[in-house]
Amino acid sequence: MPQPDPMSSQSPGFGTHAPVAPETGRTEFRAGFRRGFRDGLPFLLVVCPFAMLFGVVATEAGLNVLETLSFSVVVIAGAAQFTAITLLADQTPTLVVLMSALAVNLRLAMYSASITPHLGPLPLWKRSLTAYFLVDQTYAAAALDYEKHPNQSLASKFGFFVGVAMPICPPWYLFTLLGAWAGNAIPEGLGLDFVLPLAFIAMLGPALRTGAHRVAALAGGAGALVFAFLPWNLGLIAGAVLGMIAGAEAERRSAKGAAQ
Amino acid sequence: MIDHTALWTVIILLGFGSFGLRFVFLGLIGDRALPEWILRHLRYTAVAVIPALIAPLVLWPAANGGETDPRRLTAALLALAVGATTKNLYAALATGAAVMLAGNWLL
Repeated sequence: MPQPDPMSSQSPGFGTHAPVAPETGRTEFRAGFRRGFRDGLPFLLVVCPFAMLFGVVATEAGLNVLETLSFSVVVIAGAAQFTAITLLADQTPTLVVLMSALAVNLRLAMYSASITPHLGPLPLWKRSLTAYFLVDQTYAAAALDYEKHPNQSLASKFGFFVGVAMPICPPWYLFTLLGAWAGNAIPEGLGLDFVLPLAFIAMLGPALRTGAHRVAALAGGAGALVFAFLPWNLGLIAGAVLGMIAGAEAERRSAKGAAQ
Repeated sequence: MIDHTALWTVIILLGFGSFGLRFVFLGLIGDRALPEWILRHLRYTAVAVIPALIAPLVLWPAANGGETDPRRLTAALLALAVGATTKNLYAALATGAAVMLAGNWLL
């Protein structure tokens, strides 16, 4: 889709700091939307295969197409969806499933905190819409854009966010659906049970950015194995808590070491 | 098989919970800052939860009767190594899948 130059919407006869009329707000929204849409397009390469993978994994676990699609539309958070499916397939109590999946999603609260200075003044329904579409990719793209163009108006920032969500979130639903259909067609016995751990391992590798991240991961994994005897998959919670504490402590020590 | 009541309970409550996490600051708290020690722990939730989730699945896969399977273990370790060095999710995924397929073909 050809993208017109986003700057062309600032009519040449007027200064960019003219008082904001509703008309200007709409123009700025559109300019932001176009810029966001363009910035979001590369994420299609990440979102589509990952959504399909979820569709396949969920159908392998016994979900029907409607249930699989509902998961992606209602929850709209990849890693948490994979976590929930894994634990549900393992007959884990609902409360532990929810705690684990929400723990994976705690980072969303950080994104919410980080984006509030930019989009906090929006009316409630727009803030709710932003919250629903706040995922790893939309957050990262918006945070970068707001840093790069600090003087843009609120309308332009909201436009950017809605624009960047379009090539990310609707394809997430669509490709979940395609994956669910594909999953029904794949024969059993190909070792597909291991696609899910592999998907998580693939997410984990690139996330081990610092020594503290590696310490957290090691403690998390080791803790889960040591406490594997606990009922209801509580070993997972024990491992995760140990991992978080270990990571935070490692960061604190390395910061102290650097300060000395 | 997954129990369908449990499944829909998880879908709906996880949807509400995830929305709540996304909305909490944007909608309710405004731009007050969180204490540093909480942020420090939050930074490590994902990298702590994921290994805790997969370590037992890798070491004791249910599809292999809970016994350690060299093929799955090799696939996991190589995928992790490739992901950590290349920082590329798809390179890691392809490595793991290649080991699984090669193992299938050899055994």
